[in-house]
Amino acid sequence: MLRVRVIPCLDVARGRVVKGTRFVDLTDEGDPPELAERYAVEGADEIVFLDIDAAPDGRGTLLEVVERTARRAFVPLTVGGGVRSVTEMRDVLRAGADKVSFNTAAVRDPALVRRCARRFGSQAVVVAIDARRRAGPDDPGAGWEVVVKGGREATGLDALTWAERAVAAGAGELLVTSIDRDGTGAGFDTQLLRAITDRVPVPVIASGGASGPDDFVAAVRDGGASAVLAASIFHRRRHSIAAVKAAMAAAGIPVRLATAAAA
Amino acid sequence: MTRSGVIRSGVTRVAVVDYGAGNLVSIEQALTAAGADVVMARGPQAFSGADALVVPGVGAAAPAMSRLRRRGLDEPIRAWIADGRPLLGICLGLQLLFEGSDEDGADTLGVLPGRTIRLEDAPRLPHIGWNQVERRQAHPLFEGIADAADFYFVHSYAAVPGPGADALTLAETTHGAPFVSAIARGPLAGVQFHPERSGRDGLRLLANFVGLAAAGAAAPAPGAMLRPAMAG
Repeated sequence: MLRVRVIPCLDVARGRVVKGTRFVDLTDEGDPPELAERYAVEGADEIVFLDIDAAPDGRGTLLEVVERTARRAFVPLTVGGGVRSVTEMRDVLRAGADKVSFNTAAVRDPALVRRCARRFGSQAVVVAIDARRRAGPDDPGAGWEVVVKGGREATGLDALTWAERAVAAGAGELLVTSIDRDGTGAGFDTQLLRAITDRVPVPVIASGGASGPDDFVAAVRDGGASAVLAASIFHRRRHSIAAVKAAMAAAGIPVRLATAAAA
Repeated sequence: MTRSGVIRSGVTRVAVVDYGAGNLVSIEQALTAAGADVVMARGPQAFSGADALVVPGVGAAAPAMSRLRRRGLDEPIRAWIADGRPLLGICLGLQLLFEGSDEDGADTLGVLPGRTIRLEDAPRLPHIGWNQVERRQAHPLFEGIADAADFYFVHSYAAVPGPGADALTLAETTHGAPFVSAIARGPLAGVQFHPERSGRDGLRLLANFVGLAAAGAAAPAPGAMLRPAMAG
């Protein structure tokens, strides 16, 4: 049976893992390959690197970090942030990534998703959707709007409509982040997740708001997510990947349990 | 043991067929960790001196076949298999061994009977993530790996061995319906999952393949298979 994936996300800038609030007050949290390897050993089913340093001259650094990671951590690696063309995607894959995630670039140019899916296959193309509730938090009928640039810019695009269009264009997976919940620890927006998982046939990765193992269970059970992603709760070691997976397993969700027999 | 710690003449040399798609860093690194001396084969000349071939690949069959042809790799791969030499196909590299793909109607290498079809009754596609590989027959490729161990998959299509070719099937995996996730015939093997992305068990499988290739290099397999008819 296919396992539900638990995915730690690492924010990377200038070749280092960083952590901050809304892209400010960044603190250095370590070497990306080293952290990725640690997570792989602890049972991460996949690793996501989010390049938050979109400076054009930072690409070489990112590719070098991706390659060093691919040589150390034998789990799948997805890289997002700043990829704007088929050629740039090719370079990231060649460096050792398995999938590339598109966010702002896909909103601006949906045909980019189609071109990349044709060249590398849908399975390598992830579209990341940052969604914000349109009205009060208790009014799901108002829906969600797509925001870009880390939540700073509204697009007017309906998140559910965009999810369907992105999949039609060739996205093999959606990474859905609730900007309302991101960084709050208030739990995943399961209504948003359910609205999207009911509309698209591809796997959906839940993101934004995790604070404890129960949130991961809810994202899968209530939201229909195929994978759950989190950053700070793993970085700060508030909860281990194993603890999250144990809670999911106890709730009857199929997970890959880390082999305790790590020699 | 690392390659630097091994006497050069005793190292098993594996050529990874590079036809310009996807992540080859992981497969190169995983095979190296598995004890092989790895060369990237952008053309058939790199096959000489190799003890085994690995055909990786993700994406669709038609562009993969056209890139293999453009680099003059398709016929040498067929000849390699016909000579009974070790080869491991991974993901698309497994699918290409069969006759054709429903994904885009492409004619593929055709060294094994059967076709690649879209996964049936799958709850969601692509099938992305870790899933159990359930053994249907014992094989040294899986030595030291528990039955139903988890491996990483990322695909929407899978090969179906043709009528009477059930003996090819080493393992099956279920995503909606069961599909064939590992095959072998003599020194020819293929896996639908990605051992290079499947942690410890994946590295073990690659080490098993490298070990089989080393044994095969020492004593070439008798009764090399007949060359298939040229694709029409």
